[in-house]
Amino acid sequence: MNLALREALLAFRRAPVLSILSITTIAFSLFAFGLFGLVALNIRQALTQVEERVEIRAFVVDGTSAEATSAALGDIASFPEVASAKLVTPEQALLRARRELGEFSDVFEAGILPASLDVRLKEGFRDPVTVKAVAERLRTYDFIDDVRFGEEWVQKLYRIRNISTLAGTVIGLAFAAVAVIIIGSTIRMAVLARSREISIMRLVGATDAFVRSPFLIEGALKGMLGGVLALTMTWAASAIIARFVFSAEFFDAKLAVGGVAAGALIGLVGSAISVGRHLKAV
Amino acid sequence: MIRFTRVSKEFPRTGLALKDVSFHVGKGEFLFLTGPSGAGKSTILKLLFLEERPTSGEVKVGGISSVTIRGRDVPRLRRKLGVVFQDFRLLEDRTVEANVAFALEVTGARRSAIGPRVSRLLTQVGLASKATAMPRELSGGEQQRVAIARALANDPVVLIADEPTGNLDERATRGIFQLLRDINASGTAVVMATHDLELVKRAECRTIELNHGQVVYDSAEPPVKPLPGAGA
Repeated sequence: MNLALREALLAFRRAPVLSILSITTIAFSLFAFGLFGLVALNIRQALTQVEERVEIRAFVVDGTSAEATSAALGDIASFPEVASAKLVTPEQALLRARRELGEFSDVFEAGILPASLDVRLKEGFRDPVTVKAVAERLRTYDFIDDVRFGEEWVQKLYRIRNISTLAGTVIGLAFAAVAVIIIGSTIRMAVLARSREISIMRLVGATDAFVRSPFLIEGALKGMLGGVLALTMTWAASAIIARFVFSAEFFDAKLAVGGVAAGALIGLVGSAISVGRHLKAV
Repeated sequence: MIRFTRVSKEFPRTGLALKDVSFHVGKGEFLFLTGPSGAGKSTILKLLFLEERPTSGEVKVGGISSVTIRGRDVPRLRRKLGVVFQDFRLLEDRTVEANVAFALEVTGARRSAIGPRVSRLLTQVGLASKATAMPRELSGGEQQRVAIARALANDPVVLIADEPTGNLDERATRGIFQLLRDINASGTAVVMATHDLELVKRAECRTIELNHGQVVYDSAEPPVKPLPGAGA
């Protein structure tokens, strides 16, 4: 086995309590990160579901020929932003209004609602600017009377999305920084505990990279194990919430593996910073 | 092999440790560094393996100069040297053979070559039967032998010994000194710092005496008297 890896594993065996403590501390830090990630994921999914309802409704002038609307529909459907475009006749509009506004159903009479072209946009094109741009293009058809898309609502939705993304990034970075500091401290202790070994390594001509490598491996391993533990705890928390509070989404396999890899990366970065600083003092 | 040219070393807290020190050590020579505590013996040794760099002047070891060597090349220099200390500096949680093998492993020796090399080294220092013992199970003299075996692991051209007999009784001191002479006889230069003036007198080797960071006596002037039996 590679000496650096063996030395890193030996460090676990020599100081098991310290190793378990540091892995647990890292795990709790990443657990907090994971919980926040879970909240962010669920908010994001809820927002995506809401976003799917973003729709542009272009009202058609009475008496427009079926050929004109049909040609326009084909044209609109070919816009790169558009997922679907369909014609809603006055009869269909009435049925929908009665369904959606049940208590006022008797108010609506046949012929009161105009026909419309209902346009849904693809994912990634539901931001206020794009929605408005598509709406403006629809307005250019001379048989279009008015275009509605809930401008204010779309803007609010995007503001919430942006705030949640920003908060997620800031809090995520803060937790990552905490994990880096914790790992850095545990590596500092490991460096000090093994100062004799390090001085002997240097004395017999080990390169700096060689001296560092067991600590980097140790940090990455601790980060990875902390990540696995944090993932398990997050999964348990998510299962408890799903059972007693509400059904929540959990990370998919890609995100879970990414989380553990992020733990290892955080461990590596924490070790690299700490080893760089403390090896000089040994 | 070793050349100090007008070397001075000043430490920020303790001040001047060496002042304008110059001397030369030839290939296969045995040199004693003597002098009272704080005279600068250990500083000279640290300058040899570049744990410290001179404040002024130049230290040259095996053609490598302290002035031009880059930090990343220091390990290359150290692989040409073996260093032993008064306190042995063994890894207490590893066996004797693991301590010696460690020096080979960290310098990237082939795994298949490490075992036989460790056996030969332990035989050379008279500890073949203690290969699997832990350092704490050994006497002081035996621990120093392990440290010497480790120092010899990479075939050094110079063995640096900082008070290697300082913690040993009379008998162990004689044994370690004889071992160092045997190593010297096989062609490795030895630079040994010691307080033990009796040992120095008996050995009749080249001696440099330091005081207050300066060379106050060098037996090489007149010329060096070669060790009986030393390698050509």
